[in-house]
Amino acid sequence: MSEKEKKQSKNISRRSFIKGVGTGTVAATVAPAILVGNEKTAEAQTDGAVDSAKIQLNINEQVYEVDVEARTTLLSVLRDGIDTAGDNVDLTGAKLICDRGECGGCTVLVDGKPVYACMMLAMDAQGQQITTVEGIADGNNLHPVQEAFIKHDALMCGFCTPGFIVSSVALLNENNKPTIAEIKEGLSGNTCRCGTYPFIFDAVETASQKM
Amino acid sequence: MASWGEASQSRLIGKRIARLSGKDKVTGKAKYTYDINRPGLLYARILRSEVAHANVLDIDMSRAEELPGVKAVLPIIEVGKKLRYQGQEIAAVAAETDDIAKDALRLIFVDLEELPFVVTKEDAMAEGAPQIRDWVGNKSNPGTDERGEVDKGFNEAAVTVEATYHTPVQTHVCLETHGHVAEWTDEQNLTVWASTQGVFGVRDDLAGRFGLPANQVRVITEHMGGGFGSKFGPGVEGHTAAQLAKITGQPVKLMLTRKAEHLVAGNRPSMTQHVKAGASRDGRLIAYDMKGYGTGGISSGAGFQAPYVYSVANRRTERFNVTINAGNQRAMRAPGHPQGAFAMDSLMDELAEKLGMNPLEFRRINDSNEIRQAQYTLGAQEIGWHRRNTIPGSGTGVKKRGMGVGSGLWGGGGGRGTQARVTINADGSVEAVTGTQDIGTGIRTAIAIIVAEEFGLTPTDIDVKVGDSGPGLRSGGSGGSQTTASVAPVIKTAAEAAIQKLFEHVAPLLQAPVDDLRVGNGTIYVASDRTKTVTWNQATGLLGMESISEGGNWDPELREKDVAGTQFAEVEVDTETGNVQVLKIVAVQDCGLAINRLTTESQINGGVIMGLGQTLLEERIMDPQTGRMLNANLEDYKVPGTFEIPEIKSIVFDTHRKVTGVGEPPCIPTLGAIANAVYNAIGVRIRELPITPDKVLTALAEKKA
Repeated sequence: MSEKEKKQSKNISRRSFIKGVGTGTVAATVAPAILVGNEKTAEAQTDGAVDSAKIQLNINEQVYEVDVEARTTLLSVLRDGIDTAGDNVDLTGAKLICDRGECGGCTVLVDGKPVYACMMLAMDAQGQQITTVEGIADGNNLHPVQEAFIKHDALMCGFCTPGFIVSSVALLNENNKPTIAEIKEGLSGNTCRCGTYPFIFDAVETASQKM
Repeated sequence: MASWGEASQSRLIGKRIARLSGKDKVTGKAKYTYDINRPGLLYARILRSEVAHANVLDIDMSRAEELPGVKAVLPIIEVGKKLRYQGQEIAAVAAETDDIAKDALRLIFVDLEELPFVVTKEDAMAEGAPQIRDWVGNKSNPGTDERGEVDKGFNEAAVTVEATYHTPVQTHVCLETHGHVAEWTDEQNLTVWASTQGVFGVRDDLAGRFGLPANQVRVITEHMGGGFGSKFGPGVEGHTAAQLAKITGQPVKLMLTRKAEHLVAGNRPSMTQHVKAGASRDGRLIAYDMKGYGTGGISSGAGFQAPYVYSVANRRTERFNVTINAGNQRAMRAPGHPQGAFAMDSLMDELAEKLGMNPLEFRRINDSNEIRQAQYTLGAQEIGWHRRNTIPGSGTGVKKRGMGVGSGLWGGGGGRGTQARVTINADGSVEAVTGTQDIGTGIRTAIAIIVAEEFGLTPTDIDVKVGDSGPGLRSGGSGGSQTTASVAPVIKTAAEAAIQKLFEHVAPLLQAPVDDLRVGNGTIYVASDRTKTVTWNQATGLLGMESISEGGNWDPELREKDVAGTQFAEVEVDTETGNVQVLKIVAVQDCGLAINRLTTESQINGGVIMGLGQTLLEERIMDPQTGRMLNANLEDYKVPGTFEIPEIKSIVFDTHRKVTGVGEPPCIPTLGAIANAVYNAIGVRIRELPITPDKVLTALAEKKA
């Protein structure tokens, strides 16, 4: 792959991938067979050998070798992947919530930038430094963002928390003294249903004073 | 008499204490049901109906069964039966990977005969509408209630208001979808990790379904990602997970998709109220007549509160339920209250305006709740009520500001049925075990605080075990804001009993009577001679080979029910775009004795934000042409995000030293407060939620015309 091709393939999101493969398949992807009623369409998707490849991913400064299909997302490797030695990757901090880049629950850092892991193909994550919420703390020393989230109770059920932690770290890495408006904008890609936002804003402010 | 003691003597209770699960939640170590990986785990998915109403003529699963990696295919609906809403379960598969399970669903072929359907309550009530249940009509028989002399009340009224208020169906949007991981350790023992608000409810249901003694089913909920009333029994998905695990002999994970979560995992019913009310010249609400209905989907349950909170002696109500072809309602955070409060608080404002009264004064006259009277004063001060427009809509400029007020009341109060054990070990360690579950409200930390207060320790010294039916210590489901009020008294009495036992061991050493012993900061000392003291570990060391393990009992003296709340809102409405931005909410919430002030404030914030979503954003949109939900995702179904969040002043209004629950009450008054603030800002009333920009612009245009 040339540098240019590599760059292009990195930029393909799952959505643009779906958009690119023709309307026939889109119909089958969106509507189940009961409505399409077209066996051929279903066949095209599932029959025949499934292409898979052995790839290496650098996650939290550790190399994982995994078999993936073209469609396998980075999130799926993190949560459900089994490495070639037969061990679960088991990095379940990133959550699958909306499964389509709407909620930020699966946010990870890819070369320092926040990325929705449900929207990135595992193959495209090769050769980059991936940091999940499990890799944010320095061993037993929590990151100032993590400390501040606990102190301010910036979490209730905690299901969205890993995504908010990673997005907050990414925000403060870019802008270590954000205003409240900048905090809201920086975290606008993350959704919480318990309603922890006010204390998240407080936590990010507190953390910013320590960075 | 049992008591929580004086506030001045509490070292921990009522203070701001970080929750015990915080570290696990911020590092990603906290394991939710969705995160459970088991050796040999299979992934299951459910094929669901995409049509609202159909006869099932045939289901062909043979192709799916042949797909490599598929371990089991299970029909859920029988051929010959009817599918009656989009999302209804047809069949399920279990496969080695989630992707294979997805592929397999596409290889199940279902022959359907589509039938006429109705997916809005108006269509369901229209003449000639398809009747979607063979045994009963779409419209239920009305429930009526009449008290006082309604007609006389109207005759005496100086002013009357007639209005119609609507609220749409709202979905729970639990971020962790409903689901289970089921594993049979042998043919007679089932372990299930469940994303649930009631581990014992799930246990008992599954035991009954599979014909097992209850103690041979173990349900674990270490952490769970939101329920809001929708996660009690195992549901079809839980039964299916356990059945697939049984067939395959392997552990099975079955979590709902985001789309299914919207379609079948519950919702808050819609409401339409035609109401007429009258008030006397001196501001007394003296007549109320309401006809209302709503839909809870394919079954019933579309109830709401009307009238609400304010006193009205002469009243007549008639309400009924409308059935449609859509997934059914489940309890949702203060069922029936927020929608009832929206209508009532809007009505109160409309009456006050006709009387030429300040809406707050009109409420004071008609509100018999003393706590809320005090809350009105405090809230009005905090928001700066004097700054509101005395003439609604009189502000100048494109962006207009306004203020409103709303009220609520919730029962809470807890009940019997919790068993707990507090154990002191010889090495000084302390365990508190009970069968409740922490659904994000912080009961785990509250338990630690209560035990630590009794023992003179810190909350992190207490090993709290909840969310597991394994120990057999039953507790109820976490619903109705009942958890703290049900659990806290039992934990407290258990801890009191345990420390008394420890005192009995320490008394001979300190040469003092048991009732002269007290706990200090990690010590036990003699009250009459404080020089006589032992450390906690010296004391527990006396236990030798023993440990102390005590249960507790639920003492109603330790809890309170019926909590009042009031909220004030300030909004800014952009009259060019129609956008409503909430600037500030003051939430004054009766919290009884807040065990943990920090997590209590979190709950108030959360209630306000969910109420804000219901007022301005949230609506399940059904397409009458296709019978499908148009916004079954997190992009088109709008929940509040960072930009919508106002300044929230959450005031823990602790009026008494008795515990109660505040999970639900703070989401109630928000709707009326915001809706009334919008009216105060623009001088046009929007009687249908959510108050979206199109409705604001239409209302403004109608006013101009």
